[in-house]
Amino acid sequence: MSGSLIVHQAGPTLSVQDFGRPGYMAFGLSQGGAADRLALAEGAALLGQNPEFAVLEMAGVGGTFQASQDVRIALTGAPMAASVDDQPLAWNASQTIRAGQRISIGAAMKGNYGYLHVGGGFATPQQLGSRSHHIVAGIGSPIKPGMNLPIGADANFDQPDQRLPIPDRFSGGTLHVLPSAQTHRFSKAEIARFEATEFVRTPRGNRQGVQLGFEGAAFATEQQLSILSEIMVAGDIQMTGDGIPFVLLPECQTTGGYPRIGTVVPDDLPLVAQAAPGTRLRFRFVTIETALETNRSPAQVQTDLKRAMQPLIRDPREIRDLLSYQLIGGVTAGAELETSDDQNG
Amino acid sequence: MNANPSKSDPGREFPRLANIGLSGILVTFSDVLSEPANRAALAFRARLGTESWAGVEETTTSLTSVYVRFDPSHLSHATLGKALTALIESEDWFASSLPQKRRLWRIPTAYGGSFGPQLVEAAALAQMSTSQAISQISSSRLRVLTIGFAPGQPYLGTLPDAWDIPRQSGLSAQIPACALAVAIRQLVLFTAQTPTGWRHIAQTGFRGFRPESETPFALRPGDEVMFPQVSEEVFASILAGERGENGGADWEDIK
Repeated sequence: MSGSLIVHQAGPTLSVQDFGRPGYMAFGLSQGGAADRLALAEGAALLGQNPEFAVLEMAGVGGTFQASQDVRIALTGAPMAASVDDQPLAWNASQTIRAGQRISIGAAMKGNYGYLHVGGGFATPQQLGSRSHHIVAGIGSPIKPGMNLPIGADANFDQPDQRLPIPDRFSGGTLHVLPSAQTHRFSKAEIARFEATEFVRTPRGNRQGVQLGFEGAAFATEQQLSILSEIMVAGDIQMTGDGIPFVLLPECQTTGGYPRIGTVVPDDLPLVAQAAPGTRLRFRFVTIETALETNRSPAQVQTDLKRAMQPLIRDPREIRDLLSYQLIGGVTAGAELETSDDQNG
Repeated sequence: MNANPSKSDPGREFPRLANIGLSGILVTFSDVLSEPANRAALAFRARLGTESWAGVEETTTSLTSVYVRFDPSHLSHATLGKALTALIESEDWFASSLPQKRRLWRIPTAYGGSFGPQLVEAAALAQMSTSQAISQISSSRLRVLTIGFAPGQPYLGTLPDAWDIPRQSGLSAQIPACALAVAIRQLVLFTAQTPTGWRHIAQTGFRGFRPESETPFALRPGDEVMFPQVSEEVFASILAGERGENGGADWEDIK
């Protein structure tokens, strides 16, 4: 089975994403790719396919879509109100959509980034080995109404529908942080205060990074404004000139001149990406040894997800249960994700 | 510039190793920019490329350091750290020669006036006339010290001492793509329109990043670049696209 997904309506920031383009840092291009990597793995597990297949990332709000042929889909990441021809669709589940049916995906009820996966993956053109739209670098193009997104052949079309428990990575919490090359520029007292502070995700942020607000004095180092620009990676916690932290995400710049107090471990990065404005976050330093023990490899993630999967039961009451959690938690409009501020001066 | 980079930080030895996230090690040759430290970083990364150790997934340089990204499930921090230390100690990287396969680019440039509205101001800060400024910059052979901030965007250095001028305290509203801007003995050749604290002194037709192209990145770290002045007439033909996709620039291999 292959064909295409027709886009009738599109939220402000829909983009095709995969794991991005590793290997181009020397040319100033960050890896990019899906903001919530775990969502890629969940969709791949539900559809029984390669996690490298491209998906549709929906920032804040989804859109209306129609399949040109029968297609399996899975919805993961930030839960959004979703329906097909006015019948509710379950989140974190794979389901078969018939040719001509309309899929409607509304605003996120928790978190920021929802994902629409299709069996066979989106087969849009590759650039530099990836289908990801790197918005900051201008590689790829935004998804607009009227577009036809080609879909690859689905080798597992006959596989029964599956569901996964709905994870909660949309409510913030404590992020584990590794020391980095510039951590020693902060005093022990500043590091202790950093760990003791409760931060709140502000409305400033996008796929480059998110700003965190807090009460208290700015976080400062000596020579904060005169250190040499140094390489930057996703997860780095950068203290800008005014002493306010940004946590960097997949489209961050490759170098930056502001000091980094530490780096959020990869397993906790989806919590940062999915923290909607107002979400509370804390940081706790861990050693590299601890982080290596606790962080799961991509293969381990796939194994764990396969173990957690269950057949999707087509009982309306069951589906209602699956949707009920969506009444918990705040609603985010998604427009705040559009703030595209220069974070690095 | 500091000929002895470790002077500024007497308690610390260089090169220095530090972890970056869960899967990276940074080898820092100096905390301040110097020509030898930049050369050390370029040469050390080039050597890592020829060593091609299993488990190493990507390397890159910043101004004075080399970043090594690796897969910690196949190569331990301890093993990689030891191998890097042994390689560091195997030669004097500050004195090593630059890597092979570099290119010298000549990029036609229009200086001053509407092409470089801050040339007069920058020349005054460097304590010279605008014609002296154009003469010095257009005859300087500069190295791509690093590429960063934006895809394909080079930081080029180093200009003569007089150009050790600060960035502006505030940001310019917008500087156009392909613009040349100056500060702290370096030039940046912008790849996209952006706000900046660097002073806009000239304009080229050279795009450092071409996402639609088979070869999207024109320059590599270590390449050398000159910015010869051209007349407004020639520059108009460059802007009209009459001189090829490199904006009239040509290049040769550095032997």
